[in-house]
Amino acid sequence: MSEESIISLKNVNKWFGDFHVLQDVNLEVKKKERIVVCGPSGSGKSTMIRCINRLEEHQEGSIVVDGIELTGNLKNIDNVRKEVGMVFQQFNLFPHLSVKENITLAPIWVKKMPKAEAEELAMRQLEIVKIPEQANKYPGQLSGGQQQRVAIARSLAMNPNIMLFDEPTSALDPEMIKEVLDVMVDLANGGMTMIVVTHEMGFAKTVADRMVFMDEGKIVEEASPDKFFNNPESDRTKLFLSQILHQ
Amino acid sequence: MNEMNEVRKPPVATTGIIGWFRINLFFNWTNSLITLFVIYCLYQFIPWILDWTIFSADFKYNYLGEQITNQEMCSRNLDPENGGACWAVIYVRFYQFIYGFYPKVEVWRVNIAYAMLALALLPLLYAKLPYRKYFLYFTYIFPVIAYFLLNGGLGFTEVSTNKWGGLLVTLVLGCTGIALAFPIGIMLALGRRSKLPVISMMCTLFIEFIRGVPLITLLFFGMVMLPLFLPEGIDMDGLVRVLVAVTLFQSAYMAEVIRGGLQAIPPGQYEAAKSLGMSYWRMNLLIILPQAIRISIPPIVNTSIGLFKDTTLVIIVGILDLLGIGRGTLADTNWLGLSYEIYFFVSLVFFIFTFGMSRYSLYLEKKLKTGINMGAD
Repeated sequence: MSEESIISLKNVNKWFGDFHVLQDVNLEVKKKERIVVCGPSGSGKSTMIRCINRLEEHQEGSIVVDGIELTGNLKNIDNVRKEVGMVFQQFNLFPHLSVKENITLAPIWVKKMPKAEAEELAMRQLEIVKIPEQANKYPGQLSGGQQQRVAIARSLAMNPNIMLFDEPTSALDPEMIKEVLDVMVDLANGGMTMIVVTHEMGFAKTVADRMVFMDEGKIVEEASPDKFFNNPESDRTKLFLSQILHQ
Repeated sequence: MNEMNEVRKPPVATTGIIGWFRINLFFNWTNSLITLFVIYCLYQFIPWILDWTIFSADFKYNYLGEQITNQEMCSRNLDPENGGACWAVIYVRFYQFIYGFYPKVEVWRVNIAYAMLALALLPLLYAKLPYRKYFLYFTYIFPVIAYFLLNGGLGFTEVSTNKWGGLLVTLVLGCTGIALAFPIGIMLALGRRSKLPVISMMCTLFIEFIRGVPLITLLFFGMVMLPLFLPEGIDMDGLVRVLVAVTLFQSAYMAEVIRGGLQAIPPGQYEAAKSLGMSYWRMNLLIILPQAIRISIPPIVNTSIGLFKDTTLVIIVGILDLLGIGRGTLADTNWLGLSYEIYFFVSLVFFIFTFGMSRYSLYLEKKLKTGINMGAD
């Protein structure tokens, strides 16, 4: 493991029943690095990033996040989750709470922040994702793009060092994808360590430091975007790219 | 141009009162026939029931102007052609119906407890009540106050629970059962879904056992078996034993109702809460349970109404609730044969409470759903 690695996966294996979903996955992510993970559905890319904040448990190998190894130790898991923010495909906002409450909930209850301070923080985060005027609405009253931006603001309010994005634009209508990607680009330019699972190749070309291509539970290819898109090594990658870029 | 911009109104015959009648009552021949038939039935029934319950009924005096003290003096027994209901039985036995055999000198304590119950319910009924927070504190400590007030202690004379009866017992059993079963039910529901096999198995066993046994059996169990489990020398009050049985019964049902609500929460809600670093308890208290309980309001109120009515079963172990007092009155030779009046009155009291609960549930559903698109992504 190199000095600067903030996330380190070593020989990670995981099974769902008999299905071998992650097979000897090795990945090193440096501080402030932006990784885009792509691959066909069922290739294990979501499972891999969900292992990083222990929403899924790996069965073999080791995962170290910011110097903390993920084991059965609950305290370690809590500490890792404080370091790592996550944005989901289905947004997963809390429908019974207003936008502002969605964002202040974790700072108030997990970080014990005073309410007034948390609300100020929430408004600042909403400015960053460009929807401060929606603070008092409920998630059900927002469009998909707005909901996803609230979800990003909610994660950022915990001040994470690492952000994981699990297909953040896959559930959105085409005209809303850009507003979410814009926020993510701003975040990347601000120096956040990011792992993004996405099929938005335009986004990948703009912000990624490194592309990771997965298929059938294995990392097939890791390369810079330039090399990945113009001169991929594996035939599987070429096939995938020809299909996805053809659309 | 002006004419084209004019708003076109719907045809007169489909709006307003006439439109409503046409659409809902006289839409076609069958519809009209049914409407006329129902009107005829109501025409026959309503005057008769009003006459029986109010216009021809005796309240305190019979048609000769004498104060009624037994069933022979009821108008309908003196002159079967003329008389209606004989409510005098309720009037004479009103004290028993409301307080049981609570000593008359101490009855002010029960009245205060009733008034305090109303006050305790107030902040739950009106969310916009000023100073609601302080009223809620009162709601939380009310059970303790009520205990000392009704039972005695802290300077109050002791009133043994075998002197309690009527509405007092019905309310004590219903309110305590519902109020205690709710938190216990939540814990059981969470426990049954727990990943820890021992906890999950224990909760499942408890729920399945209690739910598989009739309430009457549990009441007998509480009366006869519970004392055997207690250390010697500790005598458990009869009403408390029944209360334990009722609470256990209700919490098993409540647990299953809440488990249903929990199952409707998408896994993404758990994942989002976990990814924000929330512990198991915070996640459940702040994210999962508020949503699960909201979904379960109709079945929660349904089982609560069920329990409120099931408290009448305590008659079987010799505790006289509202219905028990009614049956006791019927057994009195002075009031033989007045079963219509007594059962009508008991039904009416139960209906007032259960209908109130039902309306409250509708109000809650409406209030909590505003602006929330539940089940959205």
